[in-house]
Amino acid sequence: MTSTALKGPPSPVLEVRNIVKTFGGVTALNDVSLDLLPGEVLCLAGENGCGKSTLIKIISGAEKPDSGEIIVDGNTYSSMDPTNAIKSGIQVIYQDFSLFPNLTVAENIVLTSAVADRRRLYSGRAARPAAQAIVDELGLHLDLDADVERLSVADKQLTAICRALVSDARVLIMDEPTTALTHTEVDRLFVIVERLRSRGVGLIFVSHKLDEVLKISQRVAILRSGKNVVTSPAAMLDPRAIALHMTGQELDETRHVSDLDARSEVVLELEGLGLRGAYEDVSFTLRRGEILGVTGLLGSGRTEIAEALFGVVPHDSGVVKVNGTPVRLHSINDAIEAGIGYVPEDRLTQGLFMDKSIADNIIAGSPNEHTTRFGTLDLRAVRETIQGLFARLRVKAPNVQAPVRSLSGGNAQRVVLAKWLARRPRILMLNGPTVGVDIGSKAEILGILRAEAAAGMGIIVISDDAPELVACCHRVLVVRHGRVVEILEGDDVAVDTIREKVAA
Amino acid sequence: MSGASLAIPDRLRLLRGANNEGVLAVVLLALIVAMSIANPAFFTLPTAFSILRSSIVPLIFALGVLMVIISGGIDVSFAAIAVFAAYTTVRALQSGTPDLGLIGAFALALLIGASLGVINGFLIAKFRLPTLIVTLGTQGIFKGALLTYVGSRYIADLPASMAQVSTTNLFEVSTPTGSAYLHILVVPAVLLAIGLAWVLRSTMFGRSIYAIGGDVEAARRAGIRVMRTQVAVYVIAGTMAAAGGMIYVIMGRSASPQILVGSELDIIAAVVLGGASIFGGRGSVLGTTLGVILVQVIYNSLILAGVPSAWQRTAVGVLLIIGVGIQAVASRRSSRASVIDETYQKQEVPA
Repeated sequence: MTSTALKGPPSPVLEVRNIVKTFGGVTALNDVSLDLLPGEVLCLAGENGCGKSTLIKIISGAEKPDSGEIIVDGNTYSSMDPTNAIKSGIQVIYQDFSLFPNLTVAENIVLTSAVADRRRLYSGRAARPAAQAIVDELGLHLDLDADVERLSVADKQLTAICRALVSDARVLIMDEPTTALTHTEVDRLFVIVERLRSRGVGLIFVSHKLDEVLKISQRVAILRSGKNVVTSPAAMLDPRAIALHMTGQELDETRHVSDLDARSEVVLELEGLGLRGAYEDVSFTLRRGEILGVTGLLGSGRTEIAEALFGVVPHDSGVVKVNGTPVRLHSINDAIEAGIGYVPEDRLTQGLFMDKSIADNIIAGSPNEHTTRFGTLDLRAVRETIQGLFARLRVKAPNVQAPVRSLSGGNAQRVVLAKWLARRPRILMLNGPTVGVDIGSKAEILGILRAEAAAGMGIIVISDDAPELVACCHRVLVVRHGRVVEILEGDDVAVDTIREKVAA
Repeated sequence: MSGASLAIPDRLRLLRGANNEGVLAVVLLALIVAMSIANPAFFTLPTAFSILRSSIVPLIFALGVLMVIISGGIDVSFAAIAVFAAYTTVRALQSGTPDLGLIGAFALALLIGASLGVINGFLIAKFRLPTLIVTLGTQGIFKGALLTYVGSRYIADLPASMAQVSTTNLFEVSTPTGSAYLHILVVPAVLLAIGLAWVLRSTMFGRSIYAIGGDVEAARRAGIRVMRTQVAVYVIAGTMAAAGGMIYVIMGRSASPQILVGSELDIIAAVVLGGASIFGGRGSVLGTTLGVILVQVIYNSLILAGVPSAWQRTAVGVLLIIGVGIQAVASRRSSRASVIDETYQKQEVPA
């Protein structure tokens, strides 16, 4: 199998020629062409809304292009349909994996190909060896009899990969495959990817994480506003160049912090905060106008500390002072009362009402801040707040009535931010504020945080993205095994130092 | 994978069954033992046969409901379909249509049931409407249409071909406490159960029902013809409801549009107790059968214990909530456990 990939100039397993796709007057894809060689990883990069997902849908047959053609193994199609795509060996692994949570791993692996073959009968006993064969071939350890809903995210992904391969995938498209994985899991995935390459499978990766992309892919294709702006060997690109092609502008990822007045008051002070089994003896201060980074591994206790400050999982020892007075934080209401806001990690499930409008979402958390003296809603103040934040955070949407579901990740994140800013908290904590957000939006969100801090808010950013912490934080706390082991300041706030302290 | 090589926890898991069928069997057994000790009249063949006899119709309804629940829906219109199909058939046979014979009568009833099922399935699959609301609506429509267009009269004499079956027994056993009869119509109920079990386990149609109940969107992406499958599910459920209605009418030797009112609760309770998940994707014929028998045993026990019949419905209501409650608590506990697992796994070094 490996030998074919090495002999001569291989012919592409998939070619996309001059694809045009418009949605009601808006051009999503404008004359895009791509090719994919067997045994190659091609990274498809671009900002949210650049047309990546549309292109994938066209390749997998979920959408039909206006013009252009798709060539698989020399067969030309003017458009795909899902069955044809699967038959010609094109498989897509969506971000949510599209697995059946109630069925076993074995059945998940074989069911799709059985459907594609239009089979009538199903035999669980015959399914198992087929699934086992593919699992063994990839050298995986998966419990074939476990229900998929009991698996970790990484194992779900591996199940999805097995499912794709069992029907002889020649082209495997993975949408944001690394977003939900830890670093070790990503490394493990990349080992599997190498095995797939040696089998001659062509892979298309869609990803925001540029350093990972450069590590695994041979070529990078970058889309911007529906156009393929560049396709180039990965070795000739660096994250900076990719960012430039994606956004069309130079991005500032350098450190950019305001001078903090030494006399500015302390808004938040923790003294020996602890929760049995999660963290202990956590002490630090946050000053007005300061952006404080909190980092550490997943499971180190960093999220638990933030949740304690927001009253989600209350601490059981120690004292929290806000503006010098001790406060009780036993519930979320206590925290809100104390002027503390929290933007959670999983904004889609915890921070937003997806089907409601931007306006409703912005105002959802702060009806009490917008009342007339009779206790009714002050509609004028509400409108002003909504319009003000909509403009200030530069949410990209036709108007404030658009449902949040229609927004891209970066814009949705701005709406979550707006919701909290509408409450005017004194202290705002953000957990992974730019996870799943493209780099253009990321820079703007960091800019918004800087501006809010400069206006007097105390901000805590919880993140494992070292460059992001360096770019905006005055100080960075490193949490390890539930303890604050390091407080980096000044020149110590550097990417390498942070990574080293976190891993130590 | 021989039984001997399994570790003890694995074996326990196997005994417990995928949908807690094992637990249910133990509860059922315990109840029977307790009742037999409390009242020796309970542990007799006549009682056993009478419980089986009273389980026939609920089991057939429950099998239809089971299929709908696995597909992620709920059907509260089956009783209305059953009455509609059975009463209309009896009326048709009475009003001069030549006697079609037993098979002809059933064929007519099943055809009516299937057609009403098509209406449910079409509304649900085509317009993606909530199944509870659709079947609540069609339930009212079917009942209203029956009373308006077919009739509201109580019919005391069934056509000869049907009446004959009502007194036929599969076999008869003489016991010291009297003769015990096992009704012939146990046979179609058992056949239906075995048939549905096979369909659910060993056909792509059956597995598609589970897949759709697990995740509709994933099913669509996998190329499963969701709409077709859903319509088929409601058509089969309607057909089974009609069969249940016919058997109910035959066994009761009379037909009236007012029968079976309120039996929805018993049936859905039995299916949920039998381990089918109200969120879809889980359930088995074995569990449902055990659930149906459990409900019947409880009814029977309450009668023997002298509990007023008004309390029987209360008991089933309590059972339904207990059944759903156990599911909800168990799923919450397992999801919490998996979160802890994941945090544990994630204690690792970044690249």
